[in-house]
Amino acid sequence: MFILFFFQKIRLGTFFIQKVHVIYEITMADFTFLIGGEAGQGVQSMGYILAMAMAKGGYHVFASQDYESRIRGGHNVFTVRVSDRPVRAISGDVNLMIALNGETIARHAVEVVGDGPIIYDGERVDAEASSTLFSVPFERLAVERTGNRIMGNTVALGAALSVVKYDLDILFGVLKTVFGKKRAEVAEKNVEAARGGHAYAQHHYTRAGGTLPPLGDSRRMLINGVEAVALGAVAAGCKFMSGYPMTPSTGILQYFAGQAEALNVVFEQAEDEIAALNMVLGASYAGVRAMTATSGGGFALMVEALSLAGMTETPAVIVVGQRVGPATGFPTRTEQGELEFVVHAGHGMFPRAVFAPGTVEEAFYLTTKAFNVAETYQVPVILLTDTHLSDSYVTADTFDLTRITIDRGVFLSEDAIKALGKYAYRRHKLTESGVSPRVLPGQKDALVVTAGDEHTEDGHITESAEVRDRMVRKRLTKLDGVRKAIGAPHSYGPTAADTVLVSWGSTYGALREAVDRLNEKGAAVRMLHLSEVWPFPREAFSGLLAGSRQFMVVEGNATGQMAHLIRAETGLEAAGRILKFDGRPITPAYIVKQFREEVT
Amino acid sequence: MVTLKDYEGGETAWCPGCGNFQILQAMKQALVALNLAPHQVLFVSGVGQAAKLPHYLNGNLFNGLHGRSLPVAAGAKIANHALTVIVVGGDGDGYGEGGNHLLHAIRRNQDLTYLVHNNQIYGLTKGQASPTSDQGFVTKTTPMGVILQPLNPIALAIALGATFVARGFAAKIPHLTDLIVKGIQHKGFALIDVLQPCVSFNHHNTYTWYTERVYDVGEETGYDPQDRFMAFKKAQEWGERIPVGVIYRSERPSYEDQVPAFRAGPLVKQGHDLRKVERLLEAFIP
Repeated sequence: MFILFFFQKIRLGTFFIQKVHVIYEITMADFTFLIGGEAGQGVQSMGYILAMAMAKGGYHVFASQDYESRIRGGHNVFTVRVSDRPVRAISGDVNLMIALNGETIARHAVEVVGDGPIIYDGERVDAEASSTLFSVPFERLAVERTGNRIMGNTVALGAALSVVKYDLDILFGVLKTVFGKKRAEVAEKNVEAARGGHAYAQHHYTRAGGTLPPLGDSRRMLINGVEAVALGAVAAGCKFMSGYPMTPSTGILQYFAGQAEALNVVFEQAEDEIAALNMVLGASYAGVRAMTATSGGGFALMVEALSLAGMTETPAVIVVGQRVGPATGFPTRTEQGELEFVVHAGHGMFPRAVFAPGTVEEAFYLTTKAFNVAETYQVPVILLTDTHLSDSYVTADTFDLTRITIDRGVFLSEDAIKALGKYAYRRHKLTESGVSPRVLPGQKDALVVTAGDEHTEDGHITESAEVRDRMVRKRLTKLDGVRKAIGAPHSYGPTAADTVLVSWGSTYGALREAVDRLNEKGAAVRMLHLSEVWPFPREAFSGLLAGSRQFMVVEGNATGQMAHLIRAETGLEAAGRILKFDGRPITPAYIVKQFREEVT
Repeated sequence: MVTLKDYEGGETAWCPGCGNFQILQAMKQALVALNLAPHQVLFVSGVGQAAKLPHYLNGNLFNGLHGRSLPVAAGAKIANHALTVIVVGGDGDGYGEGGNHLLHAIRRNQDLTYLVHNNQIYGLTKGQASPTSDQGFVTKTTPMGVILQPLNPIALAIALGATFVARGFAAKIPHLTDLIVKGIQHKGFALIDVLQPCVSFNHHNTYTWYTERVYDVGEETGYDPQDRFMAFKKAQEWGERIPVGVIYRSERPSYEDQVPAFRAGPLVKQGHDLRKVERLLEAFIP
């Protein structure tokens, strides 16, 4: 046990301690593959297949993409981090690289640690000789084995898994699942290509190699943030989705559209984001759960309709997948720059809720909650995600549908409508909670009238000062209800920590790992993570800070937007800000380094 | 039986003599003629004098943003296609602010009826040029006269393959009533452009100006509204003679005919089956 503890402490990947077999079996595996190449070379599908193969063999996976806004050329990278324990962030270190071009070697060789192998096609790519380079003729073997050089990528995967002594049958199974949908023949050729790479590596890879033994069959899902949100919408009974494609949220629209026929739901591609949210409001007014998904630029176009949702008290769920701004920014990269935008967006005063899921699990469950809050309080709810969460594939326990509740809010029964009398129903009736019972248009004896103009209880336009005063109060009273629905921040780490590090959204995984690393090295830090950010959970947040001397924020933006919100809502001032805004995700190592600089 | 009394609504905020009163009258008569009860009808409107119309009769109403009534109507119709959905707005709302939505509403061909009160001027903001203002027209924002070419909504709609394109004149109430009836009965997107005198701000296109020019294509022998080229030619007429009536109509499947989810009835009436979601989750396990 002592030895086990020792090795965990120094965090060695199994790859480097393979010779100490006794220990190897019980140490923590933490291994990162990096695949790099041009857009169009198949980096993404290779990475996804590798991630699937590792997940299927029982590993926890965190697979992250780094790609450019182009279809061909450029430089794309897919990292697959695997461990026998849950992994929630990219590591920054690489243990094995598959380079499909010379640029990958030039750029990323420096990230390879512990003499990890760099597998490349030496017949196609020039590279300076090095002991860690291992040439596998991807293309030649692909042609020899399958007659098709495109299969070179699968040769590379076969070689890589041979080097780490993974069970190739698992890869074969995945290839059959992925390509079998197209044609059995294509799947078979891929299997043959993988065999070719595997055999070649077995014969030619002479260095002492580490192993990643399969850990047993796993029932975990391999899923990314957009899929989790889309599934959340489906589980919540969303019947209508409208949107205009925009990275990183396009996947939500595509998933929903792809399932529309099977689920009896409708996806409509709108002419622009203005139309998308207005369509959602129309559908929601008429009685179905409806959602749209976009990024910051698209949301900018939706802002007028957001205000309309507030005024007409129409439930709506809006996914804002943050990417780098301003304007078009880095279209395919990540940032947390829209927190203050979504909290304050819209002309006039109206209540809203903002959720910022930190994991795929939260992306799923908070999406279902977003619909409940939207309908219960008749307000717009914004799900604030980002490119990093949207695109990263992670393993997760299968989402628990028994946890799903569907709360559609208050509706008037037919009898209640009858009792009111013909056309006496008032859509915006004043109530103590501010929430007026709903009726769906089409109901006999009731007319459902609402307006973006200030309106009377029956929904018709008014200029009355008294009505205006009452209606503003009515709408804002609903915020009290929304506030009660907001969950407390998550606390992780020792209660007695000196410093609390505050994160929100996709920074969750990186900060959690950074907190572990810092505490292992003797720091006393705790994390507070906000996934439900608006209305800001003032009391819960302040209460959870108690016992610690100070707090710092960790955010993917340049100004410390959460720090601003915290100060505005609680009066508390962050003692430090760990910020990143270069378009790349925050890593545990980055936080550790920045934290040390902040405290010295 | 539905009667005019069922549609009697509140007090209006229009100028005396406004063409909107006649359009309101025609609208009520059309709905009565179709025996549609107010609760079966959903009006969607935006902002402008025309967009207030649904506040002055009975019906369900979503009165939204300037220019954005068509997408709201699209969403509502998708949620419940059993509703009769009528969109009402002006030329600024439909041809200016909401122009892009009109293009795509025509493509989408949902079963909506869209009435555009076209007075060739901005009334609510008190007298600025509209997308349909005649060239040379002096307004508060075009003191030297409009230099832009006016938008031709009829030609535009025909060019885009709209399935029902009509023009009415506010003062011809029975004729307009008939157009609205036909538009509602049409299975697909129906555009009805209504020439509407603005007595306060448009002293150029007056009742007299229109009355002297409009003629009904329905009374013209040999006019075939199903002939797209003939219709497009007809749509070019403006000035000395202005055609009204059903200018163009064609048959193509409506949006509702083509969406698989509607086979099981209106979306709003359909239940939610979590077992289907369970199967979807399974697919994510490698």
